[in-house]
Amino acid sequence: MPDHPSRRPPKRVHLAAQLPSVQHTTVWSDPRSGSQIAFDSFERLARTAERGKFDFFFLSEGLRLREHKGRLHDLDVVGRPESLTVLSALSAVTSRIGLAATVNSTFNEPYEVARRLATLDHLSGGRAAWNVVTSWDAFTGENFRRGGFLDEADRYTRAAEFLHAARALWDSWRPGDVRADAAGGTFTRADAGRFSYRGRHFDIAGRFATPRPPQGHPVVIQAGDSPQGREFAAADADVIFSRHSDLAGGRAFYRDVKGRLAKYGRTPDELKIIPSVTYALGDTPAEAAEHAAEIARAQVGPQTALMLLEALWGRDLSGYDPDGPLPDVEPLPDAVVTRGHTQFRAGRAETVRRWRESAEARGLSIRELAIEFAGRPDFVGTPRQVADAINEFVQTDAADGFIFVPHLTPGGLDDLVDRVVPLLQEMGVHRADYTGPTLRDHLGLNAPREPREPGGPREPREPRVLRADSLQEETP
Amino acid sequence: MTHLHLAVALDGAGWHPAAWREPDARPEELFTARHWAGLVREAERGLLDFVTFEDALGLQSAAFHRPDTRTDQVRGRLDAVLLAAALAPLTSHIGLVPTTNVTHTEPFHLATGIASLDHASLGRAGWRPQITSRAADAAHFGRRTTPQLTDADVLDSELIAARLRELFDEAHEVVEAVRRLWDSWEDDAEIRDAATGRFIDRDRLHHVDFAGAHFAVRGPSITPRPPQGQPLVTVLAHASTPYELAAAGADLVYLTPHSRADATARLDALAAATAARPRPLLRPLKVFADLVVFLDDRPGRAAARKRRLDDLDGAAYTSDAEVFTGTPGELADLLLDWREAGLDGYRLRPGALPHDLTAITTGLVPELRRRAAFRTAYTADTLRGLLHLPRPANRYASAGRR
Ligand SMILES: Cc1cc2nc3c(=O)[nH]c(=O)nc-3n(C[C@H](O)[C@H](O)[C@H](O)COP(=O)(O)O)c2cc1C
Repeated sequence: MPDHPSRRPPKRVHLAAQLPSVQHTTVWSDPRSGSQIAFDSFERLARTAERGKFDFFFLSEGLRLREHKGRLHDLDVVGRPESLTVLSALSAVTSRIGLAATVNSTFNEPYEVARRLATLDHLSGGRAAWNVVTSWDAFTGENFRRGGFLDEADRYTRAAEFLHAARALWDSWRPGDVRADAAGGTFTRADAGRFSYRGRHFDIAGRFATPRPPQGHPVVIQAGDSPQGREFAAADADVIFSRHSDLAGGRAFYRDVKGRLAKYGRTPDELKIIPSVTYALGDTPAEAAEHAAEIARAQVGPQTALMLLEALWGRDLSGYDPDGPLPDVEPLPDAVVTRGHTQFRAGRAETVRRWRESAEARGLSIRELAIEFAGRPDFVGTPRQVADAINEFVQTDAADGFIFVPHLTPGGLDDLVDRVVPLLQEMGVHRADYTGPTLRDHLGLNAPREPREPGGPREPREPRVLRADSLQEETP
Repeated sequence: MTHLHLAVALDGAGWHPAAWREPDARPEELFTARHWAGLVREAERGLLDFVTFEDALGLQSAAFHRPDTRTDQVRGRLDAVLLAAALAPLTSHIGLVPTTNVTHTEPFHLATGIASLDHASLGRAGWRPQITSRAADAAHFGRRTTPQLTDADVLDSELIAARLRELFDEAHEVVEAVRRLWDSWEDDAEIRDAATGRFIDRDRLHHVDFAGAHFAVRGPSITPRPPQGQPLVTVLAHASTPYELAAAGADLVYLTPHSRADATARLDALAAATAARPRPLLRPLKVFADLVVFLDDRPGRAAARKRRLDDLDGAAYTSDAEVFTGTPGELADLLLDWREAGLDGYRLRPGALPHDLTAITTGLVPELRRRAAFRTAYTADTLRGLLHLPRPANRYASAGRR
């Protein structure tokens, strides 16, 4: 808890929304469930989030369809458009909400990604964000020209270089480089767009083809959770969205990540921690709990429960009854039966041990256990309870806000926006209307520094001395 | 008389390098959605078949083959696929055809981007794959080098094509890989079968296993098969090598004839390239001719306008395509004459925007209608539909059913 909560003005809660991505949490069997690919669905969700004055609308990315036991995985919602393309289309039917695309740094090149993000920023009038993800595996690599893959150890060095190269490209046009002086006959500054960037992964030079975007630099989001991922976020990201759903875990994560900023010369409020969460609402606590249980049963059917277990056990378990006890066979800790997702990459044996303990202590079946660990919504309650819980997480520094992932497409955000958002507005922790045009405005982030030398490298920042209590002083 | 097809090619403030200095140009808005929305809506008011958007992975240059340092011409562009996507919700019938580079860009990303444009526009996406002819652009990626054309090379499109042969071969592969990825989901792959818990039928999704000389792609796509099945693939071709690319992979080709006789000659060369290549999955190739147009109602005025712009730019504007100056009536005469060579339509490149676009939609189009040579209403919702092209069958469909 903060030392003097009463003396601190309440922090503002950052709200964002995500179209449910490719995983088992989307309930497609519900009759209200619409298309995961039709533009209408994206439009409906983004406009609902904008109606709730959310900071941004977020799309995740996967570059290879998952395979389970050597075959395409057929239980989850699968099939999605390319993020930046659909977000560009959304820029035409929304006016304020930020538009955040997940784009991998291993299977792309800085020149193109910087250009596409700058384009989205231009088209949307300064609403673009980039979630930098770092999948590096050979399985995904099989879809790409560069083929192959990276050593895991290199994924964040490439990501950091990629981001620095992208910033060099954005900085290669200074504000005002588009002169458009028809009478004088000068369209641009002579050297506009000239850049060079040299690192271990990239050695590139030339002229960048797209003028400086309205935000200067689109907002940068980071998702990985390893120590390297946290360091990358502390050095270079504006938002981090890794998920830690209980208060204690959230606070520890918050403290850890915000504590890493000082050595990069950054203050804690320069990085917003906005984890993604799921939720279930009801008129009464009992109704909400029943709703949550229904959602979980729909999310984790018998086949999905077995699949989750097989992914964790690293072996075929098709002989086991999903409604029976956990398998009596031991997991094969190094075997990979599910390719294309990172869920159990770290600590599989430890996870299995926890699952076993939990099942034995509470007499849970395979499916009940899978629901317990993979299907339970994070926030469950009446709108008042959920609004209070969101606010408690934020005011006690377990998060700066949340990315809400509905279990239904495209109507799944309606109840949140209609019933919870007004309460947060009443509490004075969520805006009644947007106060600025850009995503940086919504997030309370400063404009990036203007480049001094055209196309030159980013200046190293002088570390600033922080007071010991600066974490506590974080205010909007 | 059957109707002509008409497209417009949009780029910056128009194709004349000094067009941005015209009094009705708004050069400070070139990088805003508003500028482009105004133009594409105007083209749709004229019931045109489609608009194309130019693009490249380097800054524009007055020289074909190398960068320059001029500051008096438009420099800078938006990514054409994203630009087209932003215009999709603002329009309802007109086709949207972005240009993309195929030399440095991942085929997988190209396939999902164009498929997503087709989903967002409900079946109005096209694509113009283009090789990167400027060696300097390769340094923007640092992965490979591409041939540096000389001043002598660029005098002749056959010489250019010969020097860039390998890039054209690779472009063939990119188009093929992209088309396979579009087919990698059968239309009915999403089954939502509650009884078995399966969202998709995995037998109706396909690894494309494309392995060419330049790259390999495993597949399937992450994006379901787009509404048109295969978005319209269009290729600009000036020489034998690109004719082969068009013949092998395109649905529509843009030629650049300079007279009716030249149109006949180019169509013959294209026919030879097509005859040499089976097109089992493709329909007969649609052929458009490209023209740069400066249009004004009063005779002589368009030519005078072009001369004024030439003076501003310091050189007489020329192009790979024929540059037409005249009245809408004179242009209609030309279009109807040349098409006798066997053209299906034209892609007009407005010399200056919005002037020459508005002259097309409010001058040329009514003139063609008076001659019963252009549509009076949109009668199809998809780009293929507008061009009377059927929705292609999926190459994997029968295999998937076994
Ligand atoms: C909350 C969260 C969301 C993620 N979303 C994506 C995604 O949409 N696409 C993707 O390719 N990787 C995604 N990742 C994977 C990360 O980018 C990263 O590759 C992975 O977590 C390994 O990095 P780490 O070791 O730092 O965690 C996500 C990771 C986390 C923790």
